[in-house]
Amino acid sequence: MNGTKSYLSKTVEELKPSGIRRFFDLAAGMEGVISLGVGEPDFITPWSVREAAILSLEQGYTSYTANAGLLELREEIAGYMEKSFGVSYSPRSEITVTVGASQALDIALRAILDPGDEVIVIEPSFVSYVPLVSLAGGMPVQVQTLKENGFKILPEQLENVITDRTKAIILCSPNNPTGTMLSGSELEAVAQIAERYDLLVLSDEIYAELAYDGEYTSFAAISGMKKRTILISGFSKGFAMTGWRLGFVCAPEAISQAMLKIHQYAMMCAPTMAQFAALEALKTGRSDVEDMKKSYRRRRNYFVQSLNELGLTCHVPGGAFYAFPSIKSTGLSSEEFAEKLLLEEKVAVVPGNIFGESGEGHVRCSYATSMELLQEAIKRISHFLKRNQKA
Amino acid sequence: MKLTEKQIEVLEILENNSARIPVEDIAKMAELSMAETETILDKLEEMKVLVRFNSVIDWSKVDGHEGVTAMIDVKVAPKRGVGFDEVAQRIYRFKEVRSVYLMSGAYDLSVIIEGRSMNEVARFVSEKLSTLDSVLSTTTHFILKKYKHDGTIFEQSEDDKRIVVSP
Repeated sequence: MNGTKSYLSKTVEELKPSGIRRFFDLAAGMEGVISLGVGEPDFITPWSVREAAILSLEQGYTSYTANAGLLELREEIAGYMEKSFGVSYSPRSEITVTVGASQALDIALRAILDPGDEVIVIEPSFVSYVPLVSLAGGMPVQVQTLKENGFKILPEQLENVITDRTKAIILCSPNNPTGTMLSGSELEAVAQIAERYDLLVLSDEIYAELAYDGEYTSFAAISGMKKRTILISGFSKGFAMTGWRLGFVCAPEAISQAMLKIHQYAMMCAPTMAQFAALEALKTGRSDVEDMKKSYRRRRNYFVQSLNELGLTCHVPGGAFYAFPSIKSTGLSSEEFAEKLLLEEKVAVVPGNIFGESGEGHVRCSYATSMELLQEAIKRISHFLKRNQKA
Repeated sequence: MKLTEKQIEVLEILENNSARIPVEDIAKMAELSMAETETILDKLEEMKVLVRFNSVIDWSKVDGHEGVTAMIDVKVAPKRGVGFDEVAQRIYRFKEVRSVYLMSGAYDLSVIIEGRSMNEVARFVSEKLSTLDSVLSTTTHFILKKYKHDGTIFEQSEDDKRIVVSP
């Protein structure tokens, strides 16, 4: 290398580095930080699940599995999706076990996009959607949801950005970072648009287990939508298994087989011990999920009400484990707020602008944190607000 | 007795959180007003469903307070009309006795005793427990180490292993 020529791909060079990185660097190494900046459960994976993985290692299950994953696991997933969400997929041809929901998203996008195809990303959104669309050769088209609408997408907003090149919409409900959950009828409205413009919907349902108010509806369960849906889910959030990296994707056979092609060349298969863990999670982990969900819900109630009392107005998030309060009353930008709060009070939150333009003026706080720490965090935030009141 | 959903919710919050949790926070968690929460707490206490606000203490860490705990399997002759209840009562009234359970299986009562020393416990068993009329035999097991007590793991490391900020 002579120092002048870049060997990097243009696409990668043009990718923005994740804004989360900067905050991570800032917070890492500080002592006594209460972190509300974490996108994962505070619970450790249930012991029965960890124990099953250990057993699989003891028994010597250390080789590859089928590309699509252990058939027994796919069968269990099929049963789980049917029973919990009323959607039926064939374990042999429509389910692929992946390395986290992230890889599922990646192979889904790569399987459907030709260069220049547009994908609608509803913001504020999970940080990976836009870069993954670009990496797959597609064009991300961002739509901004508004706080006034509870960060819910309106059908006309979607219609405004649909072009001849639009291929898919990425939907995430319950949403990271807003916690917003769409009702059955709101999903129905998106479905009508998908139908009218002949679009696919990548439905990121990783937080489906963590829906607190009202009935959760899977997008694939809406009449006529199964054939248009690539349903992405996994074990990370609901089952507290983030580090296992185990997700899955359900889609009509033609799309599944296309994804499997990419998966078999790029990944071979998901880690075997994690697949055994997931199998156990589906067989016996349901009551653990229920207990964790109850606990998140109570913390949500406590935390959201406390934030509102402090003047950081916040809609009640229907799912996931994030509160997304407005910090506009402080007169600070979301980055300034997050940085000052971290340095002055040692509470880590994530600035909302990292999740897209419409996240500006908000911060994401995870309430997947023990009650004691949430109580302390509220004290510190209250202290911070008193000191930083807008003149 | 049949409890309401909110009464059960309040009980679960109390069971899973520190006894020091403010009523205000319980109210927020259960989506109740302060007054409603107070009413539920009073009612639960009145019904003796909510028996006591306890703290779990690991005395083995405190010099001079380590103490010893023993679980004693007690075989008794039940009495006509009062069954095991009368002898159980005679046993649980001793302040050294922390718990008494009626058991199925090889013996009848499981008695948990706490004392300052092994000697003290031994003396209690031989002088007080074994000499009761209905007690036929006792088998004493001393507890060597408490790993988990009433749902609380004593030696668990509390540190959060997650990275501080993640998407």
